[in-house]
Amino acid sequence: MSAEKPATRRISTFLIAIILITVVLAVAALSVGIQAYPEGDWLLYLLIGFSSLALSTYMLAQTRRRTPRVVFKPYKIATTIACPKCGFKNIREFERGDYIFKENVGACPKCEEKMTIASIYREADEEDKD
Amino acid sequence: MVIPQVSQGLLGGDNIIGWILQIVWLLFFVVFMFYGQRIQLWILLRELQSSLLRLKLIRDEGRKMALSTIKEIGKPQGDPTEQVDRFLEYVTFPPETMDPAGVVWKLEHILDVRDVRFKDEVKLMAPEADDSQTRNLANTLEAALALNVIYKVIRHFYELGKKTLSYFIILQVQMVLPLIMREAKAYASALRAFTYGQPIGDGAGALVAAKLMNKHRKRKIAKEMVVAKVPIEGRTAYVLKADGPGGNIGKPGEAMKQIIEENKGKISTIIAIDAAQKLEGETPGDVAEGVGVAIGGPGIERYKVEESVLKHKIPVNAVIIKEDIGDAVSPMRKEIFDAADVAIERIKRILLERTKKGDSVIIAGIGNTTGIGQ
Repeated sequence: MSAEKPATRRISTFLIAIILITVVLAVAALSVGIQAYPEGDWLLYLLIGFSSLALSTYMLAQTRRRTPRVVFKPYKIATTIACPKCGFKNIREFERGDYIFKENVGACPKCEEKMTIASIYREADEEDKD
Repeated sequence: MVIPQVSQGLLGGDNIIGWILQIVWLLFFVVFMFYGQRIQLWILLRELQSSLLRLKLIRDEGRKMALSTIKEIGKPQGDPTEQVDRFLEYVTFPPETMDPAGVVWKLEHILDVRDVRFKDEVKLMAPEADDSQTRNLANTLEAALALNVIYKVIRHFYELGKKTLSYFIILQVQMVLPLIMREAKAYASALRAFTYGQPIGDGAGALVAAKLMNKHRKRKIAKEMVVAKVPIEGRTAYVLKADGPGGNIGKPGEAMKQIIEENKGKISTIIAIDAAQKLEGETPGDVAEGVGVAIGGPGIERYKVEESVLKHKIPVNAVIIKEDIGDAVSPMRKEIFDAADVAIERIKRILLERTKKGDSVIIAGIGNTTGIGQ
């Protein structure tokens, strides 16, 4: 696990060159358009200049290294504690050390009997609804 | 004024813009003719690259989680990082199959050695952990190891594809990548479940057995298995499952073989309950019935049962609870928990239909028993 190669390489220099050339051409087209104003093909040059600039910006945005984030979404886990005598039930959040059929997890508030963990399950979330 | 010029240019009109556009079109044509596949390769490699980054993050997060749990529960004297990293590089060599006779026992031996070695390593890393926590930590590390293996295999194909620029090497990884990413995410969920000792979907069979044997006297049988003699519908049922609540699958095949021998083969039927892979479109928690030995894994335990039932001509029934790989290794869904009661009703019906009063039967709950007592 120690000295291992990075997962991926940086952005390709070839792509950077293409983007740079597009930007240079776009700036050239824009300057020709501005110089030609108000006669000749000024609008056409401006149009080409702006669209090339937009295209190169889009390409740059696409190649930008976005660090993907990985979040281990914690599930909502419910523990149901039940009284074996009177059937009283209490649902609470899962705590480390809980397991199904664990006994003596507190006294029943109704009959003082020792309660047992009856169930542990993951509560349904949006992802589960398939 | 402008619109006609643009259209003239696009259609190859006789002006400078038209010339430029024609040259651009020609360039595009030539580039795609000679470098079309190369461009496709770049696109595939970029997709692979982004998945690889994500896999690396999942793997690193898993390693971090395993390390922090070991530190929290095991309270080691020194820093366990080096030991954990060594563990994540662990390899197991399957036995040689050129002469397949006896390969089951060879595989069993190798897996036993692996199991003992894993637990010993965990005990060294986490000296303060009790038996149940040791088993959960071993499972946590196994999930982290699986994530490491997935990452390294995909990285191997990515690097190989980049070096050789072989379309087919890259394409075959790209085709299975969605399934691999799904599996990696499932292992990531499993890590959290194991660190907290929560019941997982794979434990559905063990849950059914636990519900049946709860409040009955249990005894240990085979390796890390428990059995209870439970009267159900006038029959004597030997209900067995792996010893919980620590993460454990035990040796159900060995346990069933022992019970059959104890009863001199006089077992009317065997019912094995296990979680099984659902197909897309099926509902998780659906219960289905069938025949055969419903025991997953490398096949050793299934082989043992098949040998015994063949010798004594015992019918074998299966009750399966359907779930996908993600559900199998992540905390148990409510639908799967509720399916345990449906499975119990099915078992009772099978007993009534296929056995007589006073018969002895075996009911085996298969699966990882993490977070499930008995």
